Amino acid sequence: MEGGFGPTVVFEVAGIQVTETVTVTWFIMAVLIIFSILVTRNLKKVPGPVQSVVETTVSAINNLTAQTMGEDKMGFAPYMGTLLIYLAVANLIGLIGMRPPTADVNTTMSLAMMTFVLIHINGARSKGVGGYLKSFAEPLAPLLPLNIIGELANPISLGFRLFGNIVGGLVIMSLVYGGLESLSTSLLGSSIPPILSAGIPAVLHVYFDMFAGVLQSFIFTMLTMVYIAMAMD
Amino acid sequence: MEVEVNFIVRFLNWLASFEPKVLVLAASAIGAGLAMIAGIGPGIGQGYAAGKSTEMVGRRPKHQSSVVRVMLLGQAVAQTTGIYALIIALVLMFANPLLKLL
Repeated sequence: MEGGFGPTVVFEVAGIQVTETVTVTWFIMAVLIIFSILVTRNLKKVPGPVQSVVETTVSAINNLTAQTMGEDKMGFAPYMGTLLIYLAVANLIGLIGMRPPTADVNTTMSLAMMTFVLIHINGARSKGVGGYLKSFAEPLAPLLPLNIIGELANPISLGFRLFGNIVGGLVIMSLVYGGLESLSTSLLGSSIPPILSAGIPAVLHVYFDMFAGVLQSFIFTMLTMVYIAMAMD
Repeated sequence: MEVEVNFIVRFLNWLASFEPKVLVLAASAIGAGLAMIAGIGPGIGQGYAAGKSTEMVGRRPKHQSSVVRVMLLGQAVAQTTGIYALIIALVLMFANPLLKLL
Protein backbone atom coordinates (compact mmCIF):
# COMPACT_ATOMS: atom_id res chain seq x y z
CA MET A 1 0.00 0.00 0.00
CA GLU A 2 2.97 2.31 0.48
CA GLY A 3 4.09 4.14 -2.64
CA GLY A 4 1.00 3.38 -4.67
CA PHE A 5 0.75 3.89 -8.40
CA GLY A 6 2.01 7.47 -8.69
CA PRO A 7 4.50 8.54 -11.35
CA THR A 8 8.19 8.12 -10.55
CA VAL A 9 10.43 11.16 -10.29
CA VAL A 10 12.85 11.19 -13.23
CA PHE A 11 15.12 14.06 -12.16
CA GLU A 12 15.04 17.16 -10.03
CA VAL A 13 15.78 20.74 -11.09
CA ALA A 14 16.26 23.33 -8.32
CA GLY A 15 13.94 21.50 -5.95
CA ILE A 16 11.22 20.96 -8.55
CA GLN A 17 10.54 17.29 -9.12
CA VAL A 18 10.17 16.40 -12.80
CA THR A 19 8.04 13.26 -12.91
CA GLU A 20 7.45 10.69 -15.60
CA THR A 21 4.20 12.47 -16.46
CA VAL A 22 6.05 15.61 -17.52
CA THR A 23 8.72 13.82 -19.54
CA VAL A 24 6.18 11.65 -21.36
CA THR A 25 4.14 14.79 -22.08
CA TRP A 26 7.25 16.43 -23.55
CA PHE A 27 7.78 13.35 -25.68
CA ILE A 28 4.18 13.45 -26.95
CA MET A 29 4.46 17.20 -27.64
CA ALA A 30 7.67 16.68 -29.61
CA VAL A 31 6.19 13.81 -31.61
CA LEU A 32 3.00 15.73 -32.41
CA ILE A 33 4.84 18.94 -33.35
CA ILE A 34 7.36 17.15 -35.59
CA PHE A 35 4.56 15.08 -37.16
CA SER A 36 2.47 18.19 -37.86
CA ILE A 37 5.40 20.07 -39.39
CA LEU A 38 6.44 17.12 -41.57
CA VAL A 39 2.92 16.40 -42.77
CA THR A 40 1.96 19.98 -43.65
CA ARG A 41 5.32 20.99 -45.15
CA ASN A 42 4.49 20.80 -48.84
CA LEU A 43 0.75 20.59 -49.36
CA LYS A 44 -0.36 20.01 -52.94
CA LYS A 45 -3.55 20.75 -54.82
CA VAL A 46 -3.98 17.05 -55.63
CA PRO A 47 -3.41 15.27 -52.29
CA GLY A 48 -1.05 12.35 -51.96
CA PRO A 49 -1.77 9.44 -49.58
CA VAL A 50 -0.45 11.17 -46.45
CA GLN A 51 -2.13 14.45 -47.24
CA SER A 52 -5.52 12.81 -47.83
CA VAL A 53 -5.36 11.12 -44.41
CA VAL A 54 -4.55 14.47 -42.81
CA GLU A 55 -7.33 16.19 -44.72
CA THR A 56 -9.83 13.52 -43.65
CA THR A 57 -8.80 13.94 -40.01
CA VAL A 58 -9.07 17.71 -40.11
CA SER A 59 -12.45 17.68 -41.86
CA ALA A 60 -13.74 15.05 -39.40
CA ILE A 61 -12.77 17.31 -36.49
CA ASN A 62 -14.33 20.31 -38.22
CA ASN A 63 -17.54 18.36 -38.84
CA LEU A 64 -17.67 17.19 -35.23
CA THR A 65 -17.24 20.74 -33.97
CA ALA A 66 -19.82 22.10 -36.38
CA GLN A 67 -22.36 19.43 -35.41
CA THR A 68 -21.82 19.71 -31.67
CA MET A 69 -21.25 23.43 -31.18
CA GLY A 70 -22.94 24.91 -34.24
CA GLU A 71 -21.53 26.55 -37.36
CA ASP A 72 -20.97 29.89 -35.64
CA LYS A 73 -18.42 28.46 -33.16
CA MET A 74 -16.01 26.96 -35.68
CA GLY A 75 -13.19 28.98 -34.11
CA PHE A 76 -12.97 26.32 -31.40
CA ALA A 77 -12.18 23.56 -33.90
CA PRO A 78 -8.35 23.86 -33.67
CA TYR A 79 -8.38 23.69 -29.86
CA MET A 80 -10.78 20.76 -29.85
CA GLY A 81 -8.75 18.92 -32.46
CA THR A 82 -5.56 19.46 -30.49
CA LEU A 83 -7.26 18.27 -27.31
CA LEU A 84 -8.65 15.17 -29.03
CA ILE A 85 -5.38 14.19 -30.69
CA TYR A 86 -3.27 14.90 -27.60
CA LEU A 87 -5.58 12.91 -25.33
CA ALA A 88 -5.83 10.02 -27.77
CA VAL A 89 -2.04 9.80 -28.09
CA ALA A 90 -1.59 10.24 -24.34
CA ASN A 91 -4.03 7.44 -23.56
CA LEU A 92 -2.60 5.12 -26.20
CA ILE A 93 1.02 5.61 -25.17
CA GLY A 94 0.63 2.82 -22.62
CA LEU A 95 0.81 0.45 -25.58
CA ILE A 96 4.49 1.22 -26.19
CA GLY A 97 5.33 0.79 -22.53
CA MET A 98 5.28 4.39 -21.31
CA ARG A 99 3.13 5.62 -18.46
CA PRO A 100 0.11 7.53 -19.79
CA PRO A 101 0.32 11.17 -18.59
CA THR A 102 -3.45 11.11 -18.12
CA ALA A 103 -2.96 8.61 -15.30
CA ASP A 104 -1.83 11.60 -13.22
CA VAL A 105 -4.46 13.79 -11.66
CA ASN A 106 -2.34 16.91 -12.36
CA THR A 107 -2.67 16.49 -16.14
CA THR A 108 -6.38 15.79 -16.19
CA MET A 109 -7.26 18.48 -13.67
CA SER A 110 -5.23 21.11 -15.54
CA LEU A 111 -7.02 20.19 -18.77
CA ALA A 112 -10.34 20.39 -16.90
CA MET A 113 -9.31 23.81 -15.52
CA MET A 114 -8.62 24.99 -19.08
CA THR A 115 -12.13 23.86 -20.00
CA PHE A 116 -13.54 25.66 -16.96
CA VAL A 117 -11.84 28.93 -17.88
CA LEU A 118 -12.96 28.59 -21.50
CA ILE A 119 -16.57 27.97 -20.44
CA HIS A 120 -16.81 31.07 -18.29
CA ILE A 121 -14.73 33.45 -20.41
CA ASN A 122 -16.72 32.57 -23.52
CA GLY A 123 -20.03 32.63 -21.67
CA ALA A 124 -19.27 36.11 -20.36
CA ARG A 125 -18.05 37.21 -23.78
CA SER A 126 -21.15 36.13 -25.67
CA LYS A 127 -23.78 37.21 -23.14
CA GLY A 128 -22.03 40.14 -21.51
CA VAL A 129 -20.73 39.92 -17.94
CA GLY A 130 -23.98 41.08 -16.33
CA GLY A 131 -26.17 38.83 -18.42
CA TYR A 132 -23.89 35.88 -17.81
CA LEU A 133 -23.90 36.40 -14.05
CA LYS A 134 -27.68 36.75 -14.16
CA SER A 135 -27.96 33.39 -15.95
CA PHE A 136 -26.80 31.68 -12.75
CA ALA A 137 -29.94 32.87 -10.99
CA GLU A 138 -32.23 31.19 -13.49
CA PRO A 139 -34.91 29.88 -13.47
CA LEU A 140 -35.34 31.11 -9.87
CA ALA A 141 -33.13 33.29 -7.67
CA PRO A 142 -33.05 30.77 -4.75
CA LEU A 143 -31.36 28.26 -7.07
CA LEU A 144 -28.21 30.44 -7.23
CA PRO A 145 -26.06 28.38 -4.80
CA LEU A 146 -27.10 25.13 -6.46
CA ASN A 147 -26.15 26.47 -9.89
CA ILE A 148 -22.77 27.66 -8.60
CA ILE A 149 -22.07 24.27 -7.00
CA GLY A 150 -23.07 22.58 -10.24
CA GLU A 151 -20.68 24.80 -12.22
CA LEU A 152 -17.83 24.07 -9.80
CA ALA A 153 -18.53 20.33 -9.97
CA ASN A 154 -18.15 20.29 -13.76
CA PRO A 155 -14.33 20.50 -13.99
CA ILE A 156 -13.92 18.16 -11.02
CA SER A 157 -16.04 15.44 -12.58
CA LEU A 158 -14.47 16.08 -16.00
CA GLY A 159 -10.94 15.69 -14.66
CA PHE A 160 -11.66 12.77 -12.38
CA ARG A 161 -13.58 10.90 -15.10
CA LEU A 162 -10.56 10.77 -17.39
CA PHE A 163 -8.16 10.13 -14.49
CA GLY A 164 -10.35 7.40 -12.98
CA ASN A 165 -10.80 5.56 -16.24
CA ILE A 166 -7.13 5.57 -17.18
CA VAL A 167 -5.87 4.84 -13.67
CA GLY A 168 -8.43 2.08 -13.21
CA GLY A 169 -7.11 0.43 -16.36
CA LEU A 170 -3.52 0.95 -15.19
CA VAL A 171 -4.19 -0.61 -11.77
CA ILE A 172 -6.06 -3.58 -13.24
CA MET A 173 -3.33 -4.14 -15.83
CA SER A 174 -0.57 -4.07 -13.23
CA LEU A 175 -2.58 -6.46 -11.02
CA VAL A 176 -3.03 -8.85 -13.97
CA TYR A 177 0.68 -8.67 -14.84
CA GLY A 178 1.70 -9.31 -11.25
CA GLY A 179 -0.78 -12.17 -10.88
CA LEU A 180 0.28 -13.87 -14.12
CA GLU A 181 3.93 -13.50 -13.18
CA SER A 182 3.51 -15.15 -9.80
CA LEU A 183 1.25 -17.81 -11.34
CA SER A 184 3.83 -18.78 -13.94
CA THR A 185 6.55 -18.76 -11.28
CA SER A 186 4.58 -21.12 -9.08
CA LEU A 187 3.55 -23.38 -11.98
CA LEU A 188 6.77 -23.55 -13.96
CA GLY A 189 9.40 -22.60 -11.40
CA SER A 190 11.46 -19.47 -11.21
CA SER A 191 14.14 -20.68 -13.63
CA ILE A 192 11.90 -20.08 -16.67
CA PRO A 193 11.00 -16.45 -17.46
CA PRO A 194 7.30 -15.66 -16.77
CA ILE A 195 5.89 -16.75 -20.13
CA LEU A 196 2.24 -16.62 -19.01
CA SER A 197 2.32 -12.81 -18.87
CA ALA A 198 3.43 -12.63 -22.52
CA GLY A 199 0.22 -13.11 -24.49
CA ILE A 200 -2.76 -13.14 -22.16
CA PRO A 201 -2.82 -9.41 -21.19
CA ALA A 202 -3.06 -8.39 -24.86
CA VAL A 203 -6.85 -8.78 -24.77
CA LEU A 204 -7.04 -6.49 -21.75
CA HIS A 205 -4.73 -3.98 -23.43
CA VAL A 206 -7.15 -3.81 -26.36
CA TYR A 207 -9.98 -2.92 -24.00
CA PHE A 208 -8.33 -0.75 -21.34
CA ASP A 209 -5.77 1.07 -23.47
CA MET A 210 -7.29 1.22 -26.94
CA PHE A 211 -11.08 1.18 -26.49
CA ALA A 212 -11.38 3.01 -23.17
CA GLY A 213 -8.54 5.40 -24.00
CA VAL A 214 -9.93 6.54 -27.34
CA LEU A 215 -13.47 6.64 -25.96
CA GLN A 216 -12.45 8.75 -22.96
CA SER A 217 -10.51 11.23 -25.08
CA PHE A 218 -13.54 11.55 -27.36
CA ILE A 219 -15.84 12.03 -24.37
CA PHE A 220 -13.58 14.64 -22.76
CA THR A 221 -13.53 16.64 -26.01
CA MET A 222 -17.28 16.23 -26.57
CA LEU A 223 -18.12 17.34 -23.03
CA THR A 224 -15.82 20.36 -23.37
CA MET A 225 -17.59 21.33 -26.59
CA VAL A 226 -21.04 20.80 -25.11
CA TYR A 227 -20.28 22.82 -21.97
CA ILE A 228 -18.81 25.73 -23.93
CA ALA A 229 -21.69 25.74 -26.42
CA MET A 230 -24.21 25.60 -23.56
CA ALA A 231 -22.58 28.55 -21.79
CA MET A 232 -22.53 30.60 -24.99
CA ASP A 233 -26.09 30.01 -26.20
CA MET B 1 -27.77 -8.42 29.20
CA GLU B 2 -24.71 -9.03 31.33
CA VAL B 3 -23.36 -11.53 28.82
CA GLU B 4 -23.84 -9.17 25.91
CA VAL B 5 -21.96 -6.30 27.57
CA ASN B 6 -19.15 -8.69 28.37
CA PHE B 7 -19.05 -9.70 24.72
CA ILE B 8 -18.78 -6.11 23.55
CA VAL B 9 -16.02 -5.40 26.06
CA ARG B 10 -14.22 -8.53 24.96
CA PHE B 11 -14.51 -7.48 21.33
CA LEU B 12 -13.18 -4.00 22.07
CA ASN B 13 -10.30 -5.46 24.05
CA TRP B 14 -9.56 -7.78 21.14
CA LEU B 15 -9.54 -4.80 18.76
CA ALA B 16 -7.29 -2.83 21.11
CA SER B 17 -4.78 -5.67 21.10
CA PHE B 18 -3.81 -4.76 17.53
CA GLU B 19 -1.56 -1.93 16.45
CA PRO B 20 -3.62 1.13 15.45
CA LYS B 21 -1.99 1.24 12.02
CA VAL B 22 -3.07 -2.32 11.28
CA LEU B 23 -6.63 -1.52 12.30
CA VAL B 24 -6.76 1.60 10.13
CA LEU B 25 -5.33 -0.29 7.15
CA ALA B 26 -7.81 -3.15 7.53
CA ALA B 27 -10.74 -0.78 7.91
CA SER B 28 -9.56 1.20 4.85
CA ALA B 29 -9.40 -1.95 2.74
CA ILE B 30 -12.94 -2.89 3.79
CA GLY B 31 -14.06 0.69 3.15
CA ALA B 32 -12.55 0.66 -0.34
CA GLY B 33 -14.49 -2.49 -1.12
CA LEU B 34 -17.69 -1.00 0.26
CA ALA B 35 -17.18 2.20 -1.73
CA MET B 36 -17.09 0.24 -4.95
CA ILE B 37 -20.65 -1.01 -4.30
CA ALA B 38 -21.54 2.32 -5.91
CA GLY B 39 -20.57 0.66 -9.20
CA ILE B 40 -24.04 -0.91 -9.27
CA GLY B 41 -25.74 2.40 -10.00
CA PRO B 42 -23.77 3.50 -13.08
CA GLY B 43 -23.90 -0.08 -14.36
CA ILE B 44 -27.68 -0.13 -14.30
CA GLY B 45 -27.89 3.38 -15.74
CA GLN B 46 -25.44 2.77 -18.56
CA GLY B 47 -27.11 -0.51 -19.43
CA TYR B 48 -30.47 1.21 -19.57
CA ALA B 49 -29.10 3.92 -21.86
CA ALA B 50 -27.47 1.33 -24.11
CA GLY B 51 -30.69 -0.69 -24.28
CA LYS B 52 -32.76 2.34 -25.17
CA SER B 53 -30.34 3.46 -27.87
CA THR B 54 -30.20 -0.06 -29.31
CA GLU B 55 -33.98 0.06 -29.52
CA MET B 56 -33.80 3.40 -31.30
CA VAL B 57 -31.08 2.26 -33.72
CA GLY B 58 -33.23 -0.76 -34.56
CA ARG B 59 -36.14 1.48 -35.31
CA ARG B 60 -34.16 4.09 -37.28
CA PRO B 61 -30.87 2.64 -38.52
CA LYS B 62 -30.23 5.82 -40.51
CA HIS B 63 -29.55 7.83 -37.35
CA GLN B 64 -27.15 5.33 -35.83
CA SER B 65 -24.11 7.59 -35.61
CA SER B 66 -25.86 10.44 -33.84
CA VAL B 67 -27.73 8.06 -31.50
CA VAL B 68 -24.48 6.33 -30.54
CA ARG B 69 -22.77 9.67 -29.96
CA VAL B 70 -25.52 10.93 -27.66
CA MET B 71 -25.58 7.56 -25.87
CA LEU B 72 -21.83 7.68 -25.19
CA LEU B 73 -22.11 11.24 -23.90
CA GLY B 74 -24.98 10.34 -21.58
CA GLN B 75 -23.18 7.26 -20.35
CA ALA B 76 -20.08 9.32 -19.62
CA VAL B 77 -22.11 11.67 -17.46
CA ALA B 78 -23.88 8.75 -15.77
CA GLN B 79 -20.49 7.24 -14.99
CA THR B 80 -19.53 10.16 -12.75
CA THR B 81 -20.78 8.61 -9.50
CA GLY B 82 -18.94 5.38 -10.24
CA ILE B 83 -15.74 7.33 -10.89
CA TYR B 84 -16.16 9.20 -7.60
CA ALA B 85 -16.46 5.83 -5.83
CA LEU B 86 -13.33 4.62 -7.64
CA ILE B 87 -11.44 7.74 -6.55
CA ILE B 88 -12.52 7.18 -2.93
CA ALA B 89 -11.39 3.55 -3.14
CA LEU B 90 -8.04 4.52 -4.70
CA VAL B 91 -7.45 7.19 -2.06
CA LEU B 92 -8.23 4.71 0.72
CA MET B 93 -5.90 2.13 -0.79
CA PHE B 94 -2.93 4.18 -1.96
CA ALA B 95 -3.00 7.67 -0.43
CA ASN B 96 -4.69 7.03 2.89
CA PRO B 97 -5.32 10.31 4.73
CA LEU B 98 -6.36 8.47 7.91
CA LEU B 99 -2.87 7.11 8.53
CA LYS B 100 -1.57 10.64 9.05
CA LEU B 101 -3.96 11.15 11.94
CA LEU B 102 -2.36 8.40 14.02
